[in-house]
Amino acid sequence: MHFCDGKITQLEWVTSKQRLPMNSSKPIRTALSFPEKRSYGELALLHGRYRELAPHLVPLDYTNNPDIKLPLSLLVSMPELKENPFRDRIVQTFSEDGQGDLSFNDFVDMFSALCESSSRELKTRYAFKIYDFNRDNLICKEDLEKTINKLTKGELTPEEVTLVCDKAIEEADLDGDSKLSFADFENMISKAPDFLSTFHVRI
Amino acid sequence: MPPKRKKDVALRSEDVGIEIDAQEDSGSEEEARRRARNRRAKPSPRRAKRPVSDDEDEEEEEEEPPRRKGRRGKAKVQDSDEEEEEEEKKGRKKKPVKASNRKKKAVKEESEEEEEESAEERGKNKKRGKAPSKKEKEEQNKVKKGGKDKGSEKNKRKNSGKFSSSSGSGSDSDSLSEGEMELLKEEVEEKKKLITTLRNKPWRMKRRLQQLKEAQAFVEKFEGALGKGKGRKLYAYKVMMAKKLIKFKRDFENFKTACIPWERKIKEVESHFGSSVASYFIFLRWMYGLNLVLFGLMFGLVVMPEVLMGLPYGSIPRKTVPRPLQETAMDYSVLLDFGGFMKYSVLFYGYYNDERTIGVLQFRLPLSYLLVGVGIFGYSLMVVIRTMARNANEGGDGTDEGDFNFSWKMFTSWDYLIGNPETADNKFASITTSFKESIVDEQENQKNENIHLRRFLRVLANFFILCTLGGSGYLIYFVVKRSQEFAEINQDNLSWFEKNEVEFVMSLLGLVCPPLFETIGELEEYHPRVALKWQLGRIFALFLGNLYTFLFALFDEVNTKLENEKSIKNATITAYNEYYSNYSSFYNTTDVPPLDIQPADAIRGPCWETAVGIEFVKLTVSDIQVTYLTILIGDFLRAVLVRFLNYCWCWDLEAGFPSYGEFDISGNVLGLIFNQGMIWMGAFYAPGLVGLNVLRLLSSMYYQCWAVMSCNVPHERVFKASRSNNFYMALLLLVLFLSLLPVVYTIMTLSPSFDCGPFSGREKMYEIVMETIEKDLPAFIGNIFTYATNPGLILPAVLLMVLALYYLNALSKGYQQANLDLKKKMQMTRDEEKNRRNNKDSTNQVMKDLDDLLPNRSLIPPPEEEEPPPPVVQKGSKSPKLKPGSAANGRGVNLQKEVSLAAANPRGVVNRPPGPRGGPPGNVRGPQPGAGRGRGRGGPPPRQ
Repeated sequence: MHFCDGKITQLEWVTSKQRLPMNSSKPIRTALSFPEKRSYGELALLHGRYRELAPHLVPLDYTNNPDIKLPLSLLVSMPELKENPFRDRIVQTFSEDGQGDLSFNDFVDMFSALCESSSRELKTRYAFKIYDFNRDNLICKEDLEKTINKLTKGELTPEEVTLVCDKAIEEADLDGDSKLSFADFENMISKAPDFLSTFHVRI
Repeated sequence: MPPKRKKDVALRSEDVGIEIDAQEDSGSEEEARRRARNRRAKPSPRRAKRPVSDDEDEEEEEEEPPRRKGRRGKAKVQDSDEEEEEEEKKGRKKKPVKASNRKKKAVKEESEEEEEESAEERGKNKKRGKAPSKKEKEEQNKVKKGGKDKGSEKNKRKNSGKFSSSSGSGSDSDSLSEGEMELLKEEVEEKKKLITTLRNKPWRMKRRLQQLKEAQAFVEKFEGALGKGKGRKLYAYKVMMAKKLIKFKRDFENFKTACIPWERKIKEVESHFGSSVASYFIFLRWMYGLNLVLFGLMFGLVVMPEVLMGLPYGSIPRKTVPRPLQETAMDYSVLLDFGGFMKYSVLFYGYYNDERTIGVLQFRLPLSYLLVGVGIFGYSLMVVIRTMARNANEGGDGTDEGDFNFSWKMFTSWDYLIGNPETADNKFASITTSFKESIVDEQENQKNENIHLRRFLRVLANFFILCTLGGSGYLIYFVVKRSQEFAEINQDNLSWFEKNEVEFVMSLLGLVCPPLFETIGELEEYHPRVALKWQLGRIFALFLGNLYTFLFALFDEVNTKLENEKSIKNATITAYNEYYSNYSSFYNTTDVPPLDIQPADAIRGPCWETAVGIEFVKLTVSDIQVTYLTILIGDFLRAVLVRFLNYCWCWDLEAGFPSYGEFDISGNVLGLIFNQGMIWMGAFYAPGLVGLNVLRLLSSMYYQCWAVMSCNVPHERVFKASRSNNFYMALLLLVLFLSLLPVVYTIMTLSPSFDCGPFSGREKMYEIVMETIEKDLPAFIGNIFTYATNPGLILPAVLLMVLALYYLNALSKGYQQANLDLKKKMQMTRDEEKNRRNNKDSTNQVMKDLDDLLPNRSLIPPPEEEEPPPPVVQKGSKSPKLKPGSAANGRGVNLQKEVSLAAANPRGVVNRPPGPRGGPPGNVRGPQPGAGRGRGRGGPPPRQ
């Protein structure tokens, strides 16, 4: 085919994709079809979703490559995330500054990691980050407690929560430091039967 | 780019300048062309495109080497212009390249690589101009997480190195040698793999894009060189098809789930009440399925043929309501008692005619009736046993066997797909419930008190319960005996209580005993799941008494009816004989015309089969009524009262005494099982009973689902039901056998009524089979049957079966043992592994400290740390990078030389990260700044 397909630069990609709805010249489209193997339509859809969160903020035309980020409060109101008990963590995990503000790049990142066809390894990695509330690269007891309280809406008694946390650490912790490192987490989750089927979002 | 690298380059590279310039030039030329083609773009980011255009440029060179020289001069000028521009923005980047212009050819590739990188940098730089703040941040980030960036740079370098080198090979000559083809192919494959796996790398989008573009350009180019440029289209097609397939599969799964009846209802119940309550509904659904099949058999093979092809109503006595009863035959109360028209309808045994074949199809209805009656048992038996076997395979008595029960629950139970608030609520409830279930299990495991006390309590409880059961058994026996005595006395002398004594006692026992058992059962302190089983077994034993009285009464009735019938039969026969003799003597002829009596007026026997059928139907109906009323009053009314009276009551009704009802699992399950027993027994005498039961189960499903969701509260200790409903199934099997006995007994020993039903006129019901074998089947089959029923043959067969049973039993025991051993072994391995890790962690403190120290070195990697690339990769990556000037030399020789040179050169093309930086994945916790981020492994650097 054409070399120009491959020659679309990163800059161009970044800028041109923001204008997708209006511009669909072929080279761009093909260039877009490969990143993430998302088709043009999917990206346009994603951008549509991104823009619909704040139509006045996100322009259709990105020629000047403005620095647009949507705040966490807007993002968690997406129907895909609205009911998720970990919505704040998800958004924070994928935001570059860790504060939960997502640029469109981060946004695409998020949905490509959470999409059905992304790999187990990638999902494991992001899941670990999501469940690591205090971002110390270890899932410690406080993280587990937060996870449980989010999962059960705080309906378990503190004793029950402690019991569950202790059991979970006892099960998965292989190196005996009472915390789950990524290796522990990966080992545990790689044997989970329904991790892949539950840890994904369709958009 | 870290400064030290610049220095390296500055020291070494020398005469690369020209080449680079030329390349850059042609790159920009290309750029210009492209710009012309594509006007839409803003001030073009040409530099950013450098790596790609470089490649293409080289491709062009390949095609037309002579033109190149001419271009060079011009190019230089242009290039220097560009460089000046560049220097304004980022002078330091360019310097090393310029300085590096004095070096030998051997390092050429090296420096060129650097150059390319700097070009990339420039591209980035430009972009930064566009989006300053973001880029700035990015840059800062990069500085901060040096490890990651180094990794990525490494990758970049690797890629660009490959680019240039392999493109060099392309320019070397028109045709590629075999070995190079292979290498190229390998690399293309590698790149392709990178493209496909790129999305699996936990990188930021920007980095991925960059990697992707490089890899793509490479593949683009060399796929063409290898003659498979169409790969991409095919690839895209494949990807698309794979996607479609996934989607189709998903839809199909959804469809399949949607096809399971009541799946959502049950899931909803399960999420709020736990799997134990859901197990009842699953059992109910299973029962419904079974009954649908039975219904299909019965109606398809017995009822429908009779309705369609049999004689119509009113044609013969058995199909007609007797004249004295016709007045009230349509009264509602009569119909409600299944008298009148109901009794003489297709729903009951008596309606069927004994003609051997009916209709044009010559359908053998009596035979069909018998076979279906027996077949229902056969089918049910088969299904129950098969289900039990399958459940046993799935195994487990509900205890969690997974090693990671709690962690899985914690990390994988939330379904990220949920977007519906209602579903989310259900999911929250179900997760909470499942946690509670597991907690109960865990608490049971941890509980270890005085074992002797517990044993004593259990024995005591069992003693109490046995006493209760014995007492109630005796009570039942006593009452039944008394009722038989009463039956002999004139009915008018009895009081109401005496007449209904049996029913009264039975319902009293049914009311008092289950709660009593439950109270006593609390002494035992079993796990609730086990306690449920005990409870089920005990109530089952109690209900057996119920069954016993019922059957007892029924057989009494049948016996009296049989005697009654005998006298009527005799009377009828005498009447006929009288008529004949009178007629012949009166008219003095032997040619007697048949007696002309209206069907409604004919003398008829009591037809005990229909009576039994009616009995069963009545029982089923009353059971339905009682069940539904209990739910309505016991659950619904109670819930309403508790809810609304709570506003004006002296104590808290909801939390205090009456509270809301809990779902009574044991009672409901046993009710269902015994009801099914009634159906099995009654179906032979009342074919319509199966249809009635199907309706009952259907309505019960909706009604109970509603009731449990609206009026009940979850159990105090929500427990996990055993995964296999095998205990329910076992009880069902027992009931099936119990109900099989009376039916088979009547078929084999009792003689059917002489004037009603499909077997009338025969001595025994099963004779219909003999008759068919004799009359309708070839003689040799009859012979076979005769031999097969020979005791001499049956006894060895039974013996053989017993032996087989024994053998299989032994076999299964052996497997079980092996299973246990393996489980133990697995547990041991796991523990061992855990221990080993623990030990290593604690003892190797020194090593740990060392590990912590290591990464600091990676900031200033000494040259010798960079391991020389392995020869194979080297060959592919290095040898082809020959400039046109050097192309004159023999390639083979040059190749060797290059290899050796590269090996000696510490700045050789790096195909993999050096040791310390690559870091083992286990090191992720370490605070090393460069924990292998670039490899896509190891822990991510702390963000923020």
